[in-house]
Amino acid sequence: MLRDAKQRCGIIAKESTSLEEELKDIRRNCSSPELDDSFDMSDAFYFCRRGIESIVDDEVTKCFTAEELESWNLLTRSNYNFNHISSRLTVLWGLGVVIRYGFLLPLRLTLAITGVGLLVVLTAMIGFLPNGRMKNFLSEKVHLMCYRICVRALTAIITYHHSENKPKNGGICVANHTSPIDVIILASDGCYAMVGQIHGGLMGLIQRSMVKACPHIWFERSEVKDRHLVAKRLSDHVKDKSKLPILIFPEGTCINNTSVMMFKKGSFEIGSTVYPVAIKYDPRFGEAFWNSSQFGMMNYLLRMMSSWAIVCSVWYLPPMIRQEGEDAMQFANRVKAAIARQGGLVDLLWDGGLKRGKVKDTFKEEQQKLYSKILVGTQEVRSRS
Amino acid sequence: KKLNISHSQITRLYSRFHSLDKGENGALSREDFQRIPELAINPLGDRIINAFFPEGEDQVNFRGFMRTLAHFRPVEDNEKNKDLTSGEPLNSRTNKLHFAFQLYDLDRDDKISRDELLQVLRMMVGVNISDEQLGSIADRTIQEADTNGDMCISFSEFTKVLEKVDVEQKMSIRFLH
Repeated sequence: MLRDAKQRCGIIAKESTSLEEELKDIRRNCSSPELDDSFDMSDAFYFCRRGIESIVDDEVTKCFTAEELESWNLLTRSNYNFNHISSRLTVLWGLGVVIRYGFLLPLRLTLAITGVGLLVVLTAMIGFLPNGRMKNFLSEKVHLMCYRICVRALTAIITYHHSENKPKNGGICVANHTSPIDVIILASDGCYAMVGQIHGGLMGLIQRSMVKACPHIWFERSEVKDRHLVAKRLSDHVKDKSKLPILIFPEGTCINNTSVMMFKKGSFEIGSTVYPVAIKYDPRFGEAFWNSSQFGMMNYLLRMMSSWAIVCSVWYLPPMIRQEGEDAMQFANRVKAAIARQGGLVDLLWDGGLKRGKVKDTFKEEQQKLYSKILVGTQEVRSRS
Repeated sequence: KKLNISHSQITRLYSRFHSLDKGENGALSREDFQRIPELAINPLGDRIINAFFPEGEDQVNFRGFMRTLAHFRPVEDNEKNKDLTSGEPLNSRTNKLHFAFQLYDLDRDDKISRDELLQVLRMMVGVNISDEQLGSIADRTIQEADTNGDMCISFSEFTKVLEKVDVEQKMSIRFLH
């Protein structure tokens, strides 16, 4: 149902009939309408049409660009088809620019610098304290305070739903990923242990300071590839009940907040309780999606701070555990479906890695296998593969 | 103009063209098409992509892009624009059939040879069917279609075999605007 709603906004109407149904339909009027061991030259029509449809409008590539708005929100960046509508609108827009860049942006920048600066300094100071309840208490307070300042810096208006389901120690919190801001939004309402790669520069400085106050899980670039190492560190962390819940974004990359793409199963293999969280931004006030191929982090933050506001809703979903007979991938899909349902997002099976990489050949082979089965019957094909 | 596509459809297609054009040079290459996952997994994906590129060319501009897509406009739209002087529209039944014919005709010599048919069949079935079986399917298909005995399928023979198929509907995509 959600799928239909999104496709109505597309360019073309796509029918979701299966290969079998379509071929039967095409061959309806021909001499051999039965689909056994016969090929018809018209079979190509199905693949041809599907191919052309995907050229005009496909569900994957558009996940990696910002969503189009139905009506303009006075930000140039959201203006896709520039049409001069009226002078009055231009004046309004000009006024908007003045307000946003002249007033909002400097204010927000100041807050952001304050927030980050305080985070680095205070966590470093707390690092000198001996491990214990006092340290954890102070660390929590410092983290929350600094993140809340950052939230103000972005003028993020966040509505939290179902806070009774907030992640607890020893659990893993998973959420859909739209931008780096997701972290700030979640961390300003609760304390999490972050997972990620150590960066250089400012980011690295922040990471190194944070880990002095409470245990986060940072990986060196070389360690990231080692799946066993990653899994071990994660599971060691969740076994220790005194440590904070881990925050992970299983999609692995930023998606444009209209859909949820494939969850990587690593976090779901660990066997602890999973706390799903759905984050949905309202694009009318500012487009939160970070298109990393289009602009870098600094540019992105600048755009964030010069939008009207970041308005979003966060839903804490009830915790989920992997059930008997369910493997990690199925569990991941179950969690993904729950998040998609709550956030009103399209649930896609495609891998977010397609943003940068090619699709695997196995999918094409599946299509070929399906067609072969129709052509010569299931028996023959099964024995061959 | 001859393409008979509405202004809003052109705008949307241009927007789509632009989003596919990663190199931002006003033209699409084969790699740009390959980046669409649903097309990359389509067994006839390469043939479809090839249809956009004229002989020997590696780039297609927006005009060419639209021209190829125009083949897939539904036929009913023509009733509104009865312009007899402009010749046969791109989305006529004959031109749609010709588009499909060219999917099979790999060397563009206006004949589908047994070899070409085999190659396209192989694309559609992958590794799941043996050479012998595929060969016999190809032979049977040619036998049924070939009327002049040259062991190839010409365009008129192709048209005859598919005369009962609802080409207009199966080779059309419905635009929403």
